[in-house]
Order: sequence, then structure tokens, then C-alpha cells
Amino acid sequence: MALTGIEIYKYLPKTNCKECGFPTCLAFAMKLAAKAVELSLCPYVSDEAKEALEAASRPPIRLVTIGTGERKIEVGNEVVMFRHEKTFYHPPGFVVRVKDSDPDDAVAKLVADVADYSVERVGLELKMDGFAIDNESKDSGSFIKCVEQVSSKTDLPLVLMSQDPAIMGQALEKVASAKPLIYAATKDNWEQMTELALKHQCPLAVYEPTGLGELAELVEQVTGKGVEDVALDPGARDFGQSLTTLTQIRRLALRKSFRPLGYPIIAFPGDAGASMEEEALLAGQQVAKYAGIIVLDHFSPGIAYPLLTLRLNIYTDPQKPIQMSPGIYEIGTPKPESPLCVTTNFSLTYFSIAGELESSGFPSWLLVCDTEGLSVLTAWSAGKFDAERIAKTVKEFNIAERLSHHSLMLPGHVAVLRGELEEELPDWKIMVGPREAVDVGGYLKQHWAA
Amino acid sequence: MAAVEVPTEKWTGKVHEVTLGGNGRKSVVIGGASTLPFLHFEGSLPHRPVIAIEVQDSEPKDWSPHLIDAWGDVLADPGAWAKKAVEYGADIIALSLKSAHPEEGDTGADEAKKSVDKVLSAVDIPLIILGPGVAEKDNEVLVAASDVAKGQRVALGNCEEKNHRTIAATCIADGHVAIGHTPLEINLAKQLNILLCDVGIPRDSILMDPDTGSLGYGLEYTYSVMERLRLAALGGDAMAAMPMISPAGAESWRQKESKVTERVPPSWGDHEERSVIWEQLTAWTVLSAGTDILVLRHPRTVERMKALIDRLTSESA
Repeated sequence: MALTGIEIYKYLPKTNCKECGFPTCLAFAMKLAAKAVELSLCPYVSDEAKEALEAASRPPIRLVTIGTGERKIEVGNEVVMFRHEKTFYHPPGFVVRVKDSDPDDAVAKLVADVADYSVERVGLELKMDGFAIDNESKDSGSFIKCVEQVSSKTDLPLVLMSQDPAIMGQALEKVASAKPLIYAATKDNWEQMTELALKHQCPLAVYEPTGLGELAELVEQVTGKGVEDVALDPGARDFGQSLTTLTQIRRLALRKSFRPLGYPIIAFPGDAGASMEEEALLAGQQVAKYAGIIVLDHFSPGIAYPLLTLRLNIYTDPQKPIQMSPGIYEIGTPKPESPLCVTTNFSLTYFSIAGELESSGFPSWLLVCDTEGLSVLTAWSAGKFDAERIAKTVKEFNIAERLSHHSLMLPGHVAVLRGELEEELPDWKIMVGPREAVDVGGYLKQHWAA
Repeated sequence: MAAVEVPTEKWTGKVHEVTLGGNGRKSVVIGGASTLPFLHFEGSLPHRPVIAIEVQDSEPKDWSPHLIDAWGDVLADPGAWAKKAVEYGADIIALSLKSAHPEEGDTGADEAKKSVDKVLSAVDIPLIILGPGVAEKDNEVLVAASDVAKGQRVALGNCEEKNHRTIAATCIADGHVAIGHTPLEINLAKQLNILLCDVGIPRDSILMDPDTGSLGYGLEYTYSVMERLRLAALGGDAMAAMPMISPAGAESWRQKESKVTERVPPSWGDHEERSVIWEQLTAWTVLSAGTDILVLRHPRTVERMKALIDRLTSESA
């Protein structure tokens, strides 16, 4: 938990020696609380105080990195139970399970399909994040071969799944530099797995399904030996268990600052779901409640796209709504004679009107103005959706060139802009549409005689 | 090793219980939760969330071929459609009087009465009756529907802030439940509940629809508005404690991902697979946020949601 300036002040020498560069210890404490300076500026701070302050400034859920480079997975460091309390920061990584018992060509195809997958949404490229290679065969030769095959095809982060430390050790000799997640240390193998994690500087998953107390104990043994980057597997597999256990772990970490469970969680929705749809639904639940790495047994674009969309939705910062880029959007397949509607670039506003136009049966042009992510009425009252700005957008994107008419439809809520807009755009006919998006279909039927 | 002590919430409030049906008809009790969805370890969830299947009073013109295939030839007959919905596992029929919309046929009170009567006599489960969403027509057809369904304790909606008095009055007169709908904002939802209580509807006769944005189309807002409303209810705010209803089916099936079949990027995958999971993920997410009544369209979504609710209700994890 972050400390306040006053709480930090209690740990300082209170001598006001000014050697830190601040006039008083209290002033220095305030700067520390704002994370504007380092504690090391104080030459007289005691070791005890240092430890207490460092512990307090550590995040309650450790940020853990899997893989290297641009596509590395960073998870953890969450600070709230509910996204509306602040935001969820690090979207869970979706990794697809590859079994070393599967034929080479099946593995090759799966790896290529997943690694190449990309889908565009609100201007973002959504992708899958990595692979979990499972030592299903229990055979070291097959595992090493599979690990080599996958890592030769992709730079995406890996999870290595084997409970046999000897096999894990051999695999790590091949790919440790890619910083895979080692899955997993158990109460039987933890000493050897811990040695491997330390030797290769890789994150280590800890699996202990008998209870949170037992899991915490095993984590403490592992971290006691020096492993810092841990992922938790409490073994909660079905919907209800996962919801309950992951909620409890998140609460312990955030509300009780319980360090042994202050790590991201790895989840296996496929272990509970008999069908691909069930797996997707459990994965969806775990996106919101509260997984860090989600290992999927299936990959299919028709499922991946909705799941990636869900992750994008849940991990959108509620304080910073997604904005559409300003410009011309085609709804359906509009023709030069199709209607032109104007709206703001708040994503929800865009989606409301785009959805209604989509189902209205009128292919349309939708011109999105930059209102800094504000909705129609809010933007209008903030002076960010006025005649001048609309006229500028009309000209900037040269929408007239794509039309055989000069009619433009305003949202009904800003009917008041009509007069000014007629002055700004003298050769245009300004129409005032309905106030609510839901009525746009009816409005067009009545007023758009195309 | 001693067991870890898990922090539990000591909630003071609970969701109001609302009963639909009865009086010869099967009845369903909704609400009553004194903890967040499916968290059995710290509160009681006396009534499981329920599934309503949407039935329209006239044959849908713009439905996806996957929905039409799934339902077959009953779509032209609300009575037959409702019967089949019961076979598919509906707890409630949500009858949409869509044909009363000025753009969809502009039918009136007489037609509404006939449709409601057909469905009431075809099935013995409770009904939700929804107007076309145009204030004037809602008043006309819902008042008529209310009269036909008198004594059957149906839910009538939607009441909007600017248009709640007529529907509220008819609910009071005929002993029905009112559904209040507000646009994605916790305070507006509470305010409408207050207005409905002020005109005299008892607290156990109000459902709230705080607005559903489907997956990819505002789901994050719905999710957080529902979570906040439910947290407020558990925290003791009686005006946030009405059970929630979500038209997750209709909202999902009207999106591009479900509707459009041509010029679709290959990364969107198979159309049927995508559109059904779109509805399922939307439904599952709003259910996790506190929805008490899901209104759905595809039979497979109904089956799946019922199975998951079973699992989460029976598991005492």
C-alpha cells in the first residue's frame, strides 16, 4: 500500500538537516509520497526505516514479465477489485496450449495460425500472446523437439509445462534466454524447479491445489530461495472454483497486503470446459475475474476475436474512454447518393449511431469529428462540437467528393447548431436528425427520399 | 500451515425479491441476493438468475439466418414460438410487441391484446411484455396488454424517465411489475426507481434495465454500471436494489459481427461460431456483473447459460 507523506515522515530522522536538498524532513516526506524523489537522498535514514518504506512502496501484486522484446507479456501490478474503482492495468496474456504428443505438422499449423493471427478493432491490432508447450508425452525427447520446433517458428513468449525437473532443465538449456514461464513448481519438485528458475533467471509458476494456505507456504519456500517472479496456480479449474478462489487471492493481495499471494495467476479454462464455447466463456470470466495468464486449449478465429474484444473492453480505462479516429466511416456499402451523418469521436456515441445505421437498411456515410472523446451533448456544452469544428471536418476529409448530394444530418441534440453551420457551409443543406440514435432508421425512412 | 484467513465482505443490504407469474401460472422469484454473483462463501443467493427467451409478435424481418435456422417455422406465430421457447428451457417469455412500432406495422391495442392472449394461453410460464420503444405506442399497447394479463403478474416495459406514469399506473392497477430503463448511468437508474416508487409502485414490483451494450459495443460501461449498482444495493441503498434485466440477446444480434456476412475480414472467423459466442460472452459477462434476468435469442446460448448457472449454483466452492 502506498504511504502518505505523514506516514513516511514518521520513519525519517526529523532533524531537518537539509542534506537531502529540502528545507524540512516533512517536505522531503511529501516529495517521497509523490514519488518525486528517491529515499537514498537522505544520508541518515535507518536500515529499519528503509526496509519498511521499501516494503510499503512495493506493489501489492508483483508485475511479472514472461518472454522478451516487444511482445513480452507483463501481468500483475493490479490495484483494484473492480475496474470502476480505477482501472485494470495489465490485460491477461492469451497463450495457446501446444502438446508435444501432437504430430509435427499439426503443431506447425497451430503455431503459424496463432502467431499470425491479428484482428483490427477501433484502430488497434488485437493479437494472441504466446504458447504453452505441454509435456503431455512425459518424454524428454518429444518435449525438447516440440520446444525447439515452436521456438524456431515464433518469438512469442512461452510457458513450458512439465513437472519433471530433469525434462524442464533440458528444455531450459535450449530456450532460457527467451525467459519462458516455468510451469510448475509443486510440493514434490519445488527445490529443483526453484534451482532451475534461479539458474536461468526465468519466472516460475507454483501449483498447489489443496488450499490457499498450502499455496502461500509453497510460494514462501520458493521466494525464500530467491525467486522473485512467480505466477500462482491454485488449481481452481471450474467456473465457480475459479471465481471464488481468484477473488479471494486478489482480496488477500490488495486488502491484506498478503505478499505470498501477491502474484499474477495462471488459469486453464480448457480443463473445465468440455467444449470450445465453454472454454471461451470461462476464459471470458477469468479476463474480468482475475487471471494474468490464460492458457487456451483451442484456437479458432471465430472465438479468438470475441475473446480479444472482451479483453479490450474490460481493460479499457474507465477514465479514458476509447476514442475513434476522426474521419469518414462507411456503414454498409454506401453510394454517392447515400445519407451523410455527423457525430462525435466518443466510441460509445460512434457505436450507438453506427449500430443503428447498420440495422436501418440505409448504407450511410458517418463523419466523425474530433471532440476529444466526448459525447454529443457533453462535447457541445464544452465547445468541442460546434459549427466551426464540424465545417472544418467536412472540408478536411473532403467528404463532398464522395457524394452526389450536399446534405448533412446533425444529431438532434445539437439542432441549435443548424443556423451557424448553414453559414459555415453555405452550399450544404443541413438536416436535423433525431435526438436518439435508435430513431435514426425511422427518421431516414421519412426524410431521406433517395 | 494454518489456513489463510480470507477477508469477507459484511454486506448490509440485499436485492429486493420480485415474483412473476403465480395465480395458476408457474411463478418465478428473482433477486434476494446478499452477495455478489456466485460468491456463495460470503452471502446467500436464494434465487438463481433466470432466462427469458425473446418472442416477437410478428415474424422478424431482419434476423440472422442462424437464428432463423435455429427456430424454424414458429417465428411467424408467437404462440408456437413461445411453446418452443419453453421446450428450449425458457423460465420466462419476453414478448416484444414490435409490430406496434410506427415503422414496423403501427399495430394498435387490439393486435397487442391478441398477441398477449395467444402467448398466455400457449404457455404456463411467466411473461415479460415489452413495447416497441416509442412512448406513445408503448402507452397504448402496454395498457392493453396489462388488461389482458390482469392477475397473471407479468412485467411491463420499458418505463423511461419521461414516460413512466402511464405504465406505472397500469402496473399498479393490474398488479404487474414495471421495468425501468435508463441509459448506462447509475444515478439515472436510481432516480427512475425513486420516481416509480413515488408514483406508488411497491419495491417488490420493479425491475431495472440499466442498458446493455453488447460485447464490443459498450459492454465495459454496462459491466461497470451493473457492478456499481449491485455493490450499492449490497451496501444498503434500497433504490439500487431492484433486480436487473438485460436484453443481451437482442443487443448482440444487432451488431455487425453477427449481422454482416459479406466483406468480412477472415480474422473474424466462422460467422455462426462468432455470432453465437458473441451473444454468449455478452450474456455471461452481464450475468457475472449482477444481471438477474437474461433475455436471449439463440437456443444454444439459452442451453449454455442454464448449464453454467446450474454449475455455479450447485458448486459450493
